[in-house]
Amino acid sequence: MSPINGLTIAVPRGALFKETVDLLDGLGLDTAELRSNDRKLLFESIGVITMRPSDVPTYVESGAADIGITGKDVLLEQAVQGPGDPARREVYELLDLGYGRCTMVLATKSGPDPAAEALRRLGVMRVATKYPRIAARHLEETGRQAEIVEVKGSVELAPLTGMVEAIVDLTATGTTLREHDLVVREEIVECTARLIANPVAHKLRAGAIDDFLGRLRAG
Amino acid sequence: MIHPIPSGTRDVLPDETREVRAITDSLRSVFERHGYGEVYTPALEYEAVLARAGHAARGAGSADAQPAYRVFDETGAVLVLRSDMTIPIARVVATRYPQVEPPLRFCYLAHCYRGVRPSRGQPRELLQAGIELIGSPAPEGTAEALTVLCAALDTVGLEGYRIGLGDASLFPSLMASLDVPEQARPLLLDALVQRDFVALGEVLAGLDLGADATSLLLDVPQMRGGSEVLDASATAVADAASNMRQVHALLAPDVAARVIFDLGLVRSLGYYTGAVFEVYDPALGAPIGGGGRYDDLLGHYGRPLPAVGFALGVERLHIALAGEERGEPGQAHAGAP
Repeated sequence: MSPINGLTIAVPRGALFKETVDLLDGLGLDTAELRSNDRKLLFESIGVITMRPSDVPTYVESGAADIGITGKDVLLEQAVQGPGDPARREVYELLDLGYGRCTMVLATKSGPDPAAEALRRLGVMRVATKYPRIAARHLEETGRQAEIVEVKGSVELAPLTGMVEAIVDLTATGTTLREHDLVVREEIVECTARLIANPVAHKLRAGAIDDFLGRLRAG
Repeated sequence: MIHPIPSGTRDVLPDETREVRAITDSLRSVFERHGYGEVYTPALEYEAVLARAGHAARGAGSADAQPAYRVFDETGAVLVLRSDMTIPIARVVATRYPQVEPPLRFCYLAHCYRGVRPSRGQPRELLQAGIELIGSPAPEGTAEALTVLCAALDTVGLEGYRIGLGDASLFPSLMASLDVPEQARPLLLDALVQRDFVALGEVLAGLDLGADATSLLLDVPQMRGGSEVLDASATAVADAASNMRQVHALLAPDVAARVIFDLGLVRSLGYYTGAVFEVYDPALGAPIGGGGRYDDLLGHYGRPLPAVGFALGVERLHIALAGEERGEPGQAHAGAP
């Protein structure tokens, strides 16, 4: 058992976990313990650390991991937005891995669009989301005034209780939206898993990272 | 009682100050030994004077290096806290040395102020140590700056560091030689500055430049390593590659051995014109400092002279030294890029 090219890899738990581990398996990493032990965080012998997807850029940026895998939704939510934006991440985005495909959408209750009505009559629409930056950027770019309500848990609840008129959320199949009588009004951006790298590791471990990239592309 | 201080600033207490002082004393002695005289300039400058550096000085895609703190004086003039020392020293050269025969050599240890996201080694009030070599063109001036840079890092005792060397004109001239449409160039450059090769590929895919040009624009900025990188690079970047070779040929073996050629290196400051470089150490996840040539900047202040310089972040240097001392995991990478 040894790390791939001596690299420390940040692996996301959650929706991207299985395909990420399959990918590492395909590169010859011994992932048996990684698959079987979901309580363990640090797998030193194979150079893997596991964490929630939104923490991957943080660990990679700091250099605690050389490379990492996370969703484009996470990177967009933590991306540059304007002068001095505090969420900016200093990492390289090297490869679109293609899996974990889902869409960031704006959705409302079915029937007449309540967000459009709020915008027309009240001048502002209220939008609940776990992605406040992506939502704010999208509404700003489309010239609409919005009040962003950040929630941590089930976003679907917010429009059903009348707290907001719309939600911005990630959907893969649309099942959850349908179950709550919500319909997609706008597709904002497609998101897939991305390979990211620490900027210093990208230079000092160029050979190891390029070889890893080459094997990913070939596989 | 707890009394707050502004975000991104901090108090430095005696134990830390002693360590920082040892570093800055070493740096100052190396700079002086190489003929660089230390200058102080005001932390506050007129916004209009710094703005003479022009749009050229604005970071491509990065606002980090722009002045972030403004105040009014008693006459209503807008003052800014300087965000680096290169532009103030350009002002000093034009104002105080209008006739003096170049080259001019200055060094500084000074606080600069930026509106960055405060994090480890990235304060909003940062202590920079650096030099400016005014009136010495490429490649000799660049080689001298790199030599002083390595002497400074060696003297403070940093061991595993490497210098990434690139050329700010490389990607723009590559785009020009491959006839990339004018309106697409800022998009490609922006993707590169954002370190986003996926976006670079997506913009290129929409441009219909042909397979060869597309793969050159995507592959060249990802090339980094030893001199084999320059040998393998396309004829379209021959000028930049030959600039880098010339600089490299002038370096003493111990300095040359520290250099990594990086065809994708872009600095967030917009005023660089030729060679650019960054300092990496395995003990820190972010560059410790960097610099490059800014042959057009002095002209904006009325004294057109070629120039080159670098700045080290003293906090980052301190963190890297402490990391090397502890033998952090990253240490295993040293010398085996």
